[in-house]
Order: sequence, then C-alpha cells, then structure tokens
Amino acid sequence: MKSIEGEAGNFTVTVRERPRYVDMDKCIACGICAERCPRKVKDEYNQGLAQRKAIYLQYAQAVPLKYAIDADNCIYFKKKGRCRACEKYCPAGAIDFTQREKIHKIKVGSVVLSTGFKSFDPSGYDIYGYGSLPNVITSMEFERILSASGPFHGHLQRPSDKQPPQKIAWLQCIGSRDLHAGCHEYCSGVCCMYAIKEAVIAKEHGGKDLDTAIFFMDMRTHGKEFDRYYDRAEKEAGVRFIRSRVHSIERAGGPDSDDLKIIYVGKDGRRQEEVFNLVVLSTGVEISEEMRNLAQDLGIELDIYGFAKTSSFTPVATSRPGIFACGAFAGPKDIPQSVMESSAASSACAVLLAESRNTLTQQKTYPPEDPIIHEEPRIGVFVCHCGINIGGVVDVPAVRDYAEKLPNVVYVADNMFTCSQDTQGLIRDAVKKNRLNRVVVAACTPRTHEALFQETIREGGLNPYLFEFANIRDQDAWVHQKEPERATEKAKDMVRMSVTKAALLEPIEPLLLENRHEALIIGGGAAGMTAALDLADQGFKTFIVERDGKLGGHAKHVKRTWKGEDGSAFLTDLVGRVQAHEQIEVLLDAEISRLSGFIGNFKTTVTTGATERKIEHGIIILAVGAEPLKPVEYLYGQNERVMKWHELEELFEKEPERIEQAEAVAFIQCVGSREPERPYCSKFCCTSSLQQAIDFKTRKPELNVYIIYRDIRTYGQREQLYKKARELGVIFIRYSLDEKPVVEDTLIDGKGKLKIMVRDHILGIPLELQVDYLNLATAIIPRGDEKLAKMLKVPLNEDGFFLEAHMKLRPVDFATDGIFVCGLAHYPKPLEESLVQAKAAAARAASVLIKESVEVEPTVSVVDQGKCIGCGLCEISCPFGAVHLVQVPGQGYRAENISALCKGCGICAAACPQKAIDMRHFRDRQILAMVEAGGSKLQAADNE
Amino acid sequence: METNKSFEPKILAFLCNWCAYAGADLAGVSRLQYPPTIRSIRVMCSGRVDPVYITDGLKSGFDSVFVSG
Repeated sequence: MKSIEGEAGNFTVTVRERPRYVDMDKCIACGICAERCPRKVKDEYNQGLAQRKAIYLQYAQAVPLKYAIDADNCIYFKKKGRCRACEKYCPAGAIDFTQREKIHKIKVGSVVLSTGFKSFDPSGYDIYGYGSLPNVITSMEFERILSASGPFHGHLQRPSDKQPPQKIAWLQCIGSRDLHAGCHEYCSGVCCMYAIKEAVIAKEHGGKDLDTAIFFMDMRTHGKEFDRYYDRAEKEAGVRFIRSRVHSIERAGGPDSDDLKIIYVGKDGRRQEEVFNLVVLSTGVEISEEMRNLAQDLGIELDIYGFAKTSSFTPVATSRPGIFACGAFAGPKDIPQSVMESSAASSACAVLLAESRNTLTQQKTYPPEDPIIHEEPRIGVFVCHCGINIGGVVDVPAVRDYAEKLPNVVYVADNMFTCSQDTQGLIRDAVKKNRLNRVVVAACTPRTHEALFQETIREGGLNPYLFEFANIRDQDAWVHQKEPERATEKAKDMVRMSVTKAALLEPIEPLLLENRHEALIIGGGAAGMTAALDLADQGFKTFIVERDGKLGGHAKHVKRTWKGEDGSAFLTDLVGRVQAHEQIEVLLDAEISRLSGFIGNFKTTVTTGATERKIEHGIIILAVGAEPLKPVEYLYGQNERVMKWHELEELFEKEPERIEQAEAVAFIQCVGSREPERPYCSKFCCTSSLQQAIDFKTRKPELNVYIIYRDIRTYGQREQLYKKARELGVIFIRYSLDEKPVVEDTLIDGKGKLKIMVRDHILGIPLELQVDYLNLATAIIPRGDEKLAKMLKVPLNEDGFFLEAHMKLRPVDFATDGIFVCGLAHYPKPLEESLVQAKAAAARAASVLIKESVEVEPTVSVVDQGKCIGCGLCEISCPFGAVHLVQVPGQGYRAENISALCKGCGICAAACPQKAIDMRHFRDRQILAMVEAGGSKLQAADNE
Repeated sequence: METNKSFEPKILAFLCNWCAYAGADLAGVSRLQYPPTIRSIRVMCSGRVDPVYITDGLKSGFDSVFVSG
C-alpha cells in the first residue's frame, strides 16, 4: 500500500502489486517448476534453516496455493533471459516473464490495518551469543524445527551437529521488559505461553528424558485456560521453571563442544550456572521501521513503542477516522485477542458504512433444475490428469475406460485440468448433450474443489448434490508415487465406489429459514451496551435485558483506565447513547424466563416483576458479566481495614483524611485466583492494584505501599505501570502458594492496624509489615449461569465461564449458531478487552441479522417417525440439541429433527437402534453401497 | 492357519471430513508414501459410522476397518 487519500466513507487507496511472473489462473501448484528450478536460496519461512528455490511457495498451506518467482534471485532476471527452466517444464503454461508491476487505485469506505509484528532480532545483543553460537536460536527458528514441514521434517535436532539435544533452555523476555538500547520496556505478552508450548511439544518429540527448562522473571499465563496449561507443563510434562535473571551465555566445555553454559542469578540472588545443548531465545514482538514510516505517511498516530495508538473506549479506531487497526499492530497480543480485534474492526467498518451496505452486491442466477434428475441414473465421469500430478502416476486413460464400463455410466472423459475454466464449460455441455443427471469427478480433494464442481453442475441445470468426488490425487497418485500400477488399480476402485454412490444420490433442496432481524442482548454492562450500539447503529432493532435496576454493570467502578482515561465520563456517555437510541429498547430488572428456537428464529420470554414480555429475535449475545469473589481469608468481612478491588480507592475518594492519616497500605494479589479450586488467573488484578498503588504513591509519596504478589502480570504496554510503581518506591514482595501471607489485627500506639507476616523472597527471612489498610485483589468469578447455559444449550467451562466454539479461531461464537458471548462472562478481562469482544460479537451477530433468510447446510438428519419408537437415544447422543422427542397424539413420543441446529454429523443416525434416522447425502444405503463396491473387487482380486 | 509373509491387509477407512480426511490430504501434499491397500470413505463425523458399516466392510472382503476422526 502506497497511500490512502480522502476521508472516512470515501477513500482512494493506492496499492502497488509486484509481479509474481506466474499466471494465478493457470498455476495448479504442482511444484514441478520448483523441482526444476536450479537456483537455491535461503528459505525465509524456515528462518533461513532450509533452502527454497527461486520459484517457490511461501509455505505449504499458502492461500492461494500459487507459485511466485523471486526476481531478486531468479537466473532469468539476473542473467538477461537465461534458464527459463520453469517455463519449459510448467505443464499448465503458467509462467509469464512479461508481467510488470501494477498500480491499483481502489475506492473504499474504510481501511483496516492488520499488518502484524516483526520478531525482535537478538543479533545485536552479544551476551546471548546469537549469531556466533550456532545452538543459540530464536523461538521462531525453534517453531520451524518442531514443524513437520520444517528444515528437519519435525525431528528435534540442533543446528550445529544435527544431533537430538538432551537439554534445552528457553530464555524469556528477549528484547522485552528490557531497558537496554534497542530493546523494549513493554511486555510482549505472548512469549511465556509459546515457550511453555514449545517445551511441552519438544518433550512430545524428544521423549520423556528430554530436559526442558524455562528461565523467566514473571510467568505471564493470563489468558483463558493458560494457567492450567502452565500447571500441567510443570506437573505432568516435567518442564522446569527457573525464576531468574540471566547474565550471559557462553560456550561450555572444550573447543569441540557446541554446548552452552547459562550463567544466571537465581531467585535467592545467588550466581549459578547450568549447561544445555540448545538454547531458545523467546524473542518479543515489535513494529518494523517500515511500518512505522508507513503509519506516519498515512497520518496514523503511534504510541511511544510504535504500536497504533488507540483509546480504551474505541479500541480499534486509529487517530485517522475511517482507518482501523487490529492485531499486533495495535499492541502485542495473542491469537484469540487478535481474532476478536479483527471482528471488532469489521464491526467498526460496518457501522461506518451501514448506509451503503449491499449497494455493490450482484446476485447470481442459475438455470432451473432439469426434471431429468429424477430419471434413471445417467452418470458422467470426468477423470483428471492434473497435469502430471495424477497422470504421471495413474494411468488416467485406463481409469477413464474402466469407468465407461461401470453400471449407469453413459459418458466419460479425461481432462488435463478438470478445474480449469474451459473444462467447466465442457462439463456443462456434456451434461446437456448427454442428459447426464449425475456427475463424478476423479481428481483432487472435495475439501477444496467440491464446491466448485457443485457450482458447475448447478450452472448446467443439475441439483448440486448430484455430484460425487473420487480423490485420486491427494489420496492416491501423490501417496503411491512409486507404485503406478497399484495406484491405477486404487483409482479404479475409488471411481467405482464413487459411481456406485452417485447412482444413489438424490437432489437436496436448499434449507432456507425465515430470519428475524432483531437482536437480544443479555446483560446491560459496558460490553452489552457496546454490542447493542454497534448493532443498533447498523439499523437492527436491539433489546437489552438487564437484571439490575440500571445499566452499567461493573464499569462504574473503573474511575480511570490504566492509560489514564476517564472511565466515569465514558460510562455516562455510553448509557446516554443507549437510552437515546431509537433502535434500542432496554428492559431493566428483567430476567429471561423461557427461551426456545434457533438461529434467525428465537422466541424469548422476559419477566419483569409480574409482567411477561415475549420477544422474537434472530440472535443472542451473552454479556452477563462476572463478579469479584468475596474472600473468607485475610480478615475480609471481619476487619473493616481489609477491603477488595476498588473499595480502598473509593474509601480514599470519599474520605480523603483516611489516606492523609495512613502510614502504610498493602495489596495482596491472587486472592482466590490461581489456587487449586480456582486454577485460573483473573487477568486484570495486577494492573488494577498497580494503578491504585501509583495513584496513592503520587498523592502521598511518604506512604508505604506494599504489593504482595505471586507473578506480576502487567502484560503488553501495561508493563510501564510496573516500572513506574517501582520508580515511585512501591515495594513488591513475592509469596508462593505454599506460604501465603498471614494477616492479624493489631494495636499500635492505641491505633488499630493490621499486621502482615510474609517471607521476603530474596533474603528468605520472615517480614512483619504494619499497615493501615489492606486491599485484596480477589478472583473474578462467574455468576452461576448454569440455568441460562442450559436454556440456551451452550456450554460452560470447568470454572463456570461460557465456553466458546474455538478458543483461538472462534472466540465469540458458540458451536450453536446465532449465539455469541462477550465480556467477563467469557473470562476475566480489562474493560478495553471487553469492549473489543463486544464489538466482535456484534460483528458476528450482524453477519446473521443482515441476511434475508438463514441458509442451513441441507445435509442434515431425517427422521422416519413410522420407524421411531421414541427411545430418545438420538436426543441424548446429539451434541447440538438438534434432535428432540415430541409428543405425537396416540403414539407417545417420536423424534423430530431441528434442521437449523443440525451439523450433519450423523451420530444420531448411528445411535438409532431402529434405523429410523438417516443422513441426507450420507445415507446408510449410499455408504453401504460404497463399502460393498470397495470390497467386492478386492475379494475378486483375492480369488484370482 | 497359513502364514503368509507377504500378507498385506486390505483396509477400509472411514475418515472424518474435518480431521482425518484432511490429514489424509495433507499426507498427499507432503508426498508421504504408504501402501496402496487402503480404500477410504469420507463421512462428516466418525460418529456417523454405524457398527453395521464395519461388519459389512469385513463381509465385503476387507481385512480390517479403520475409523478415524
């Protein structure tokens, strides 16, 4: 991207497209070009640990899977037109040396910057020896070593001698939390977790005897389920965790040895050393110089560290209206948080561009389905050479001739590339000319190409479900390259099995369900309100159901964010906007009493006092929040000097003389968190306590402030608070779970005080602190949402928080469509992250609400109620609540399918003892016919 | 029972579309080589596999049945 001109709603973006010298429409990614290319260069994707060719795929899963020529290294470009090997051997004629750079001007309404991060380069840091000691590598290099597609094919080897290491060390905070020149003071936030993961996976590769040790300052596993992972790594996998500061790495032993000695200061402050075979540097994240310059050119303000500057209240908006930022460009963060931000950014764009929605949409039309589909099967079989990918191993003409003799087959062809534009046309013509009513393609995998061929036959007037694949490339030619004859036999068998199923295929009509365009949001806190505004601003009628008598939730306690923004003003504004919005209706003192239905068609009864209100809506967002634990330890509830969370700052706010008279205050962290009965981190307590400590210390420098902690988890840019607190003289004392602090009442000079006994973590001696007030950072606990979860048929995790569909990739969805989650109900998190998740939930919800009707994959279960005996095994076995028993007059109970909830897995069908349930497109008779077709030939071969 | 050292079992595989089938495709992309004696059937979940499919597979001449998902 070169530039962005214009303003929100009307930008012109100039994009420079470099030539790849490969025609994307023609390239089939067979890889012959790279095989033939004589020029080897360092493979950046494998961190330089392996080589690639000058024509290459960046990585095996690249999308689109198309090769590109690296002109900086290609012989043709270096030696004026020589070589051309790729052009000569490409079976698809895809090489095009005439391509030139193109400049595109794109008109858009908004822009999202998701440019990611650069990994910190430790080369300039001589104490770690990176670059001079071959077995000191970065975490990115180690990732590649562990990968099956990496330089050593997933075998755990060290670079110097390719021997499997017996001892591996990870050093944390390389380039992060480090004030040296060229390093960063912020915490990169992701390295603790990835180092643990690498250590655990290394053990899986290298066996039990592999010794792994992680050298760290604070273990920051603050995400959902992360502390459990940390616990398991230590207790089950046996990863060693060494709390330390590393001084340097030296070559160990004699000159022949490539082993490494780590010199470090342990937790008792003593110098120690240990020898390892391999050292992995857990390098942090940073924003490249190039990106900083681009941001400057675009007029995007950056924070002091080079990340996009955003407000806690508008977390994906950059300083330039209409341009949004998400992912690591807006601060160090992990995958779930990046994915949430990306959805949040799309919601911000959708709100901005709501008026012009669908103005550029084009509707595709299809010919009506020909009634010949109901006649006797007339099957056409198309066998693909895929260049030489299939044709080089399998005898494709022989397979074609074999297919011609199979029952019901009336047309066969073999094609160089069945997926190419012209062959698609040939298939459509063949369908018409030969009155084909079933099509089988023997080529690659249905996972990538089934949709394409279904579309082709649909354009030819056939129902898309009258198509069947035979995967003779990925699961035949490619995996039996040295046995062409047997691969050909297998291809014939596969084609026969597919033709047999094809004869039994039946047309399936699309499942279109009416879709309602209203949203229901349960919970009127900051998250619920933010989601509501994003939806209402797009024109969707939104209901907020709040159990309390007023909106706001816990956000009212957030006086200031950690960045110093005014939380109260934000909340007042938010509540005002919600109340004034004509598309939002707020129901206070209200509870959900009944709920039924599914995506696009929910029916909910909301009870307010004695009145009931029925609401019909298309989606649900759960934003029910969580609450702080009321502890039963440290004299909480017994001594009024012991408080929790915001109670102390609220007391000082109300009665300023209290802080004036106080000599010392203490905070105890992890009260009820990270303990056996609640083994998770509440994530924002460290930041909250530090904010208060800094505030108190700033107001009254002579006040003694102690923070008694286990690990300080000020992840990301919040680390600056930790630094500032130490500069201000806040005293940090670490305790461990087996030696928790003890709090007692005491009287000093006639004044009531608290006495805290805790062991000093460096000196190892007991300390006795006398403080006026103690503030407890207690666990954030779920509200007990079992009833709601059951009503909605969505799961809770072991800790009682709502469990999303996928921890990383679907962080606001449930496996049940049309229901989304955000805020503390999902997991403890700071306000800005709740708002991100709320916007993400709104984006996901809007993608449903905008549709005229909900289109459900129609390959669902069908119940034959005549056969059903109402045993209910299907209902018990269905993981999605898509089959249930209904009362049929005079017959008792019978199973009924709810197509909108069905995922087509077929567990119900397998469980049904009466065979009363069958799956569309995967019917018993279709699968059994394939089984028999696959087996009979083998039997015949045995008898020969 | 006759022992045949060159015995190669003929295997019927039921592969879940979302994992095992994708895994078999990845084996192809990675050019991992294995004996061509396996015949696979794609299902949308290994939970779809009715015990009858397994017994039918054995009756149809397969030596073993592999359910992966």
